[in-house]
Amino acid sequence: MLKSIRNSGTHKMLAFAALIVIYIFFAIAGNNFTSVSTTLNILASSYYVGFLALGVTFVIITGGIDLSIGAVMMCSALVGGQLYRNVGLPIWAVLIAMIAFGTLIGWVNGLLVTKLKLPPFIATLGMMMVSLGLGSIITGTSTKNFPTILEPDGWFSRVFFRTESGFPMGVVYLIIFFIFTFIILNKTKIGRYIYAIGSNEEAVRLSGIKVNVWKGLAFVISGFAAGLGSIFYAATYTVIIPNTGNGIELQAIAAVVIGGTSLSGGKGSLTGTMIGVFIMSILKNGLISMNLPAPFQTFFTGIVVLGAVLIDVYRNKKANKVKKLS
Amino acid sequence: MSELLLNMEGVEKYFPGVHALKKCCFDLRKGEVHALVGENGAGKSTLMKVLTGIFIPESGQITLESKCVNFKSPRQAQLAGISIVHQELNLMNHLTAAQNIFIGRESDGLFLNEKSINDKTLELFKKLNIKLDPEEKVGNLSVSHQQMIEIAKAISYDAKIIIFDEPTATLTDVEIEELFKIMNELKSQGVGMVYISHRMDEIKKISDRVTVLRDGEYIGTEDSAKVKIDDIIHMMVGRITYEEHKKISDNKEKPPVVLKVENMSSKDVNNVSFELHKGEILGFAGLIGAGRTELARLIFGADKKTTGEIYLDGKKVNVKSPHDAVRLGIGYLSEDRKRYGLSLGMSVANNIVMPNLDEYITAGIISEKKIKKIASEYVDKINIKTPSVGQLVKNLSGGNQQKVIIAKWLLKNSDILIFDEPTRGIDVGAKSEIYKIINKLAKSGKSIIIISSELPELLRMSDRVLVMCEGTHTATLELDQINQNTIMKYATQH
Ligand SMILES: Nc1ncnc2c1ncn2[C@@H]1O[C@H](COP(=O)(O)OP(=O)(O)OP(=O)(O)O)[C@@H](O)[C@H]1O
Ligand SMILES: [Mg+2]
Repeated sequence: MLKSIRNSGTHKMLAFAALIVIYIFFAIAGNNFTSVSTTLNILASSYYVGFLALGVTFVIITGGIDLSIGAVMMCSALVGGQLYRNVGLPIWAVLIAMIAFGTLIGWVNGLLVTKLKLPPFIATLGMMMVSLGLGSIITGTSTKNFPTILEPDGWFSRVFFRTESGFPMGVVYLIIFFIFTFIILNKTKIGRYIYAIGSNEEAVRLSGIKVNVWKGLAFVISGFAAGLGSIFYAATYTVIIPNTGNGIELQAIAAVVIGGTSLSGGKGSLTGTMIGVFIMSILKNGLISMNLPAPFQTFFTGIVVLGAVLIDVYRNKKANKVKKLS
Repeated sequence: MSELLLNMEGVEKYFPGVHALKKCCFDLRKGEVHALVGENGAGKSTLMKVLTGIFIPESGQITLESKCVNFKSPRQAQLAGISIVHQELNLMNHLTAAQNIFIGRESDGLFLNEKSINDKTLELFKKLNIKLDPEEKVGNLSVSHQQMIEIAKAISYDAKIIIFDEPTATLTDVEIEELFKIMNELKSQGVGMVYISHRMDEIKKISDRVTVLRDGEYIGTEDSAKVKIDDIIHMMVGRITYEEHKKISDNKEKPPVVLKVENMSSKDVNNVSFELHKGEILGFAGLIGAGRTELARLIFGADKKTTGEIYLDGKKVNVKSPHDAVRLGIGYLSEDRKRYGLSLGMSVANNIVMPNLDEYITAGIISEKKIKKIASEYVDKINIKTPSVGQLVKNLSGGNQQKVIIAKWLLKNSDILIFDEPTRGIDVGAKSEIYKIINKLAKSGKSIIIISSELPELLRMSDRVLVMCEGTHTATLELDQINQNTIMKYATQH
């Protein structure tokens, strides 16, 4: 028992230590990094990536990948904007529609992978482009605005972005969603089968389990999270421009990998993913506080991803050695 | 005679290019162990996969307790009370033992109950005398423990029918005893069991009846107590000729030493020194865990040694990796061939030529024709049963997959060859083929090390035997000293 905790815990501990080290580094090197406003920015810039990352962790643990999440999030925000501005739906209905849209795409991804046997990479790459195009088609390539805090329906911004006093509301929902997904992954059958499929899909099938159902469900969860993420993206930025948001999925996937989830499946944790998300947003805001431009953020994120994977590979090797000896 | 549990009749199964089952039949009674034997590729596993809903047969009738059944998925067979231990391990390495055993049966509701499955697993382990922690990750266990987990899982379904497809290939003697004990217990509870194995002594020992398949056809069923092993073998393959035991030669002069190992040590190996002569077959004897495989891996550069020197033809060499070893002319056929020895998704031909690919490339282009030709030659030579050399290795039967690896290293033509459990899972006919090949290699001047847990194999093949016990070299037996008692004495003394 102790042993298994220790095994799965080390990477998380390392990631957490890295988070602290990076934070301290910027606290010393950056300007005003520890100020309230920067802290709020750190939190605010982790919302939507956080939702995406938590969702896609499920797919990655099954040994798959979901490249569509970024585009789905943008598309779902555009669909929402269209429904709100042009169709005139009340905002609460719009929000439900946004989540439903993301979930629907996730379901389609699941079908493509399980029923039509497409490799996840291809299926979700295709759906990424489909959503990207769809967003532009539906809106006629026009920008969509969500209500800001001062406009009518401004409660949307207060509830999902910041309260009038500046409290970051998104972080509350992110934590709630984290707890929710954590329970699903660690305490229910759904999670057990998702880990099991990632570890050895054939063995799960031979154990008489409907692999397609559970694998498909992982994509549905990922799509649902993308739909949810679109709400927080809309609340944070309020202006949604078609054909933007490229590479958000890669940020989310990078966060998952930094958190120690293995792209070959069977191994990973949501706690790790959360740490990964915060490492990335600390990095982003830290570099801004050092007055370094955006490309530096991309550059250093890349370095962190490589470092995280290297540590994992090295640790696995060591663990294997111990295994052989004992 | 007890009542009929299961009856299969006229089962037909085709794979592309292979007629795997031809009007095959099989039956099983309550409370009996029914052995199923046949050459590699005879169709044993396929027949059992048809029964468990993994393969859908083209035609045939299956009756379970006098009801006609037609399973379309493993799940349906499981619900009907049939469980199976497959020939290959099917475990989820990242999950614990308990989570593996109770996969699909975690709890009634949505939420997991780890404590309850851990308790149930512990109970099962007690019954099977397995000394493991239910919460240990399966990936951290040895192959034989993993196999015991598979067995525990199959038993935990409380099935009416349990199928064991070569369960003992990776088990130690002690574990085999435990398995037989539990099988006898299940027998008395009325469970019907199918037992597939290539080990004739086990079949005599545990089974009530034995059915022979050959080339997908039903050959016959005999009473295990009455039938002679030779007759079973005859039904399987026709007569086979065994290699003669070694004769003690009058020639006192030993050929030159090609490999000298001095003071080899690591975590599991304790200061072992020995010499290997040209054209000699040296057996490594010892119980499981004696350090034989570990010693071989040190020589091959696959693991790190703490001390030790290797001399080839009297010259000190530095073997730091398998790549070095292969370059210096040492070949090693791993005991875990599935994991380390094959690219399952590639063709037979491509697997065979893999280490030698350079020889089949002219001006940067791979010559498929040459590859096919040489591969076909080796397929014939050791009798690999495959519709063509283009067949993917994953579609071959278990035993034939193993022969592909042997072909691969034969082609590599190393001067020193280490065979680690070369005939595990291989049928009696092919076994004697492999013995012949090994002897021929030795005659042609290759030096050979054989690691084997089957004593008769070592007795038959070795010129000398090196005995190990708990990592220590306890004796080197010359040809006239090699016999079962002496080997066992040194293998257990320490
Ligand atoms: N999935 C598959 N696709 C194509 N051919 C297959 C497949 N599975 C088995 N075969 C072929 O069917 C035949 C019977 O194979 P099977 O695995 O039943 O043999 P077996 O009697 O279990 O042999 P072994 O003792 O080696 O395990 C073989 O010729 C094999 O190549
Ligand atoms: Mg078989």
